[in-house]
Amino acid sequence: MLELKNITKVVGADTHIHSTDLVLERGSLNVLLGPTLSGKTSLMRLMAGLDKPTTGTISFDGKDVTGVRVQDRSVAMVYQQFINYPAMTVYENIASPMRISGKDAATIDREVRKAAELMKLTPYLERTPLNLSGGQQQRTALARAIVKNASLVLLDEPLANLDYKLREELREELPKLFAAAGSIFVYATTEPQEALLLGGHTATMHQGRISQFGPTISVYRKPADIVTAKTFADPPLNTLDVVKSGNTFERGGLSVLPVPAHLAGIADGAYTIAFHPHHLSLARPHDTAATLKARIIISEIAGSESFIHVDCAGSRWVMLEHGIHDIEPDTAIELFIDTRHLMAFGPDGRAIGGSAASQTVRGA
Amino acid sequence: MEKTWNNKAWFMVLPVLVLVAFSAVIPLMTVVNYSVQDTFGNNQFFWAGTDWFIQVLQSDRFWDALTRNLIFSGIILAIEIPLGILIALNMPKTGLGVPFCLVFMSLPLLIPWNVVGTIWQVFGRVDIGLLGYTLDAIGIPYNYVNNVFDAWVTLIVMDIWHWTSLVVLLCYAGLVSIPDAYYQAAKIDGASRWAVFRYIQLPKMKRVLLIAFLLRFMDSFMIYTEPFVVTGGGPGNATTFLSIDLVKTAIGQFDLGPAAALSLIYFLIILLLSWIFYTVMTNSDAQS
Repeated sequence: MLELKNITKVVGADTHIHSTDLVLERGSLNVLLGPTLSGKTSLMRLMAGLDKPTTGTISFDGKDVTGVRVQDRSVAMVYQQFINYPAMTVYENIASPMRISGKDAATIDREVRKAAELMKLTPYLERTPLNLSGGQQQRTALARAIVKNASLVLLDEPLANLDYKLREELREELPKLFAAAGSIFVYATTEPQEALLLGGHTATMHQGRISQFGPTISVYRKPADIVTAKTFADPPLNTLDVVKSGNTFERGGLSVLPVPAHLAGIADGAYTIAFHPHHLSLARPHDTAATLKARIIISEIAGSESFIHVDCAGSRWVMLEHGIHDIEPDTAIELFIDTRHLMAFGPDGRAIGGSAASQTVRGA
Repeated sequence: MEKTWNNKAWFMVLPVLVLVAFSAVIPLMTVVNYSVQDTFGNNQFFWAGTDWFIQVLQSDRFWDALTRNLIFSGIILAIEIPLGILIALNMPKTGLGVPFCLVFMSLPLLIPWNVVGTIWQVFGRVDIGLLGYTLDAIGIPYNYVNNVFDAWVTLIVMDIWHWTSLVVLLCYAGLVSIPDAYYQAAKIDGASRWAVFRYIQLPKMKRVLLIAFLLRFMDSFMIYTEPFVVTGGGPGNATTFLSIDLVKTAIGQFDLGPAAALSLIYFLIILLLSWIFYTVMTNSDAQS
């Protein structure tokens, strides 16, 4: 069990990590989700022991390890860049952590071959990293992390520099590898999709703070505040500032939307309502969907899906539609919003009211 | 579209052709011309064939000078490359120290060869030089004019002072291009300082080291100005390198034929050795 208590990291005049508490269980898969510079890498470096926290304590299985050097902890880390020893063969690279810890030759050979088999590197054991593809280089780095059998495995955007196909392939394999070992896995990513595909627990990060930590699917479905909801949305979350009055949401005195059943209980007042792009559609999805008038800004076609940017009630929204929709800019259209999935946030950004209807994550 | 065929392209390459012809091809062919003929002036030439080459290759003078060259380059490389790496490893990678160190390191490189020679010639003099006088005063016998060992030490120290910076700057460029993540990964592995150097820094510096090695070899093998200014090839012939011997033959004795043959042999030796170094070092790169 890794426990961060009241951890902060200040470098010069910049606070990289604001006071953070986090408990990660043994054998768990944890995702740090946040945009670039949100503090994911800084937090990982603190967990690893590469940096010392400015305040607070880090304990492992109840023992305080705050001041313990990284090489004296049981940590493995994989980076966005493909980091291997350039002059060593793949075999020697995978063996290197065990050589340093002084394992006997037979054990090393067995472990290296097992990890190579797992990462599909067996045919390349005698090559040097420079003679491998990017995917194979990263597999080598992952194999090195596996054989180290560390209690804490940190993966810092390990798939970001790989091409799409390889990324999908490795992403599928990684959770299986993680499940097999009993270590704590921490996986940093900028992509909400990746977090959802990995499952486990997710901590959303924003400007050096963890905004929410919990089971990935529940953080996605029930974000505690608007910052979390925005961090966990790609394409970006659509929002609208409204005033609830009785059973309608109003804007500038005009009724915009009816209040859906799950939000009926909240008090009248100012709110920010939010929903994901796939909850907007050009065709009526079901009877209770609300209708809105909007103007097309631009439509982008991404393969079998289209991102349609619209101007609605003075806000810029994105709609995710299946199929190819090439609509001329400035066209006035009518669009439908599935109000069952509306989220409402108070003026302080906290989530308000009943949870959005239970739903399957469609096209996440 | 129909392709246009004309000879306009020749006009594009003409400037380069003319430049190379006058700067390299014609001078080289003139040397070749002299090396196979004998002349007594008056533009009268007699065919000499390979006589001059045989004469040069059979003379002790040539082999002695070549040996001196090889020993000098060997010593220079053996000192400057490790020293350059060592200094580069200890240079700061961030902060105010970086520009300071870089400028400080570049200073010797900015000084012309003959000025470097003159500086050391004066510096080492026993009567007025700071170094020579001081050594003499504290009882260490030092005189580069009549002591072979002192003359060599002076030339070697001078070259190290002048050119180690080049190795340092090249190595430094190689070092700063290593992403920080490599050092982190090594730290997490618990790798020792030596392992970091041996398995991360050295392999990553390999290419720049090859360039540094070649540059320093070729430059030190062609050394002329410094010994010419400081020792004039002496005492005796102790610091007469091939280049100095060449000039003595050509201008001192006006033996144009043997001098031309010698310069061609000299050129081929440098070409051959550089090619061998390059092949060996790039081959080991491909294998590892």
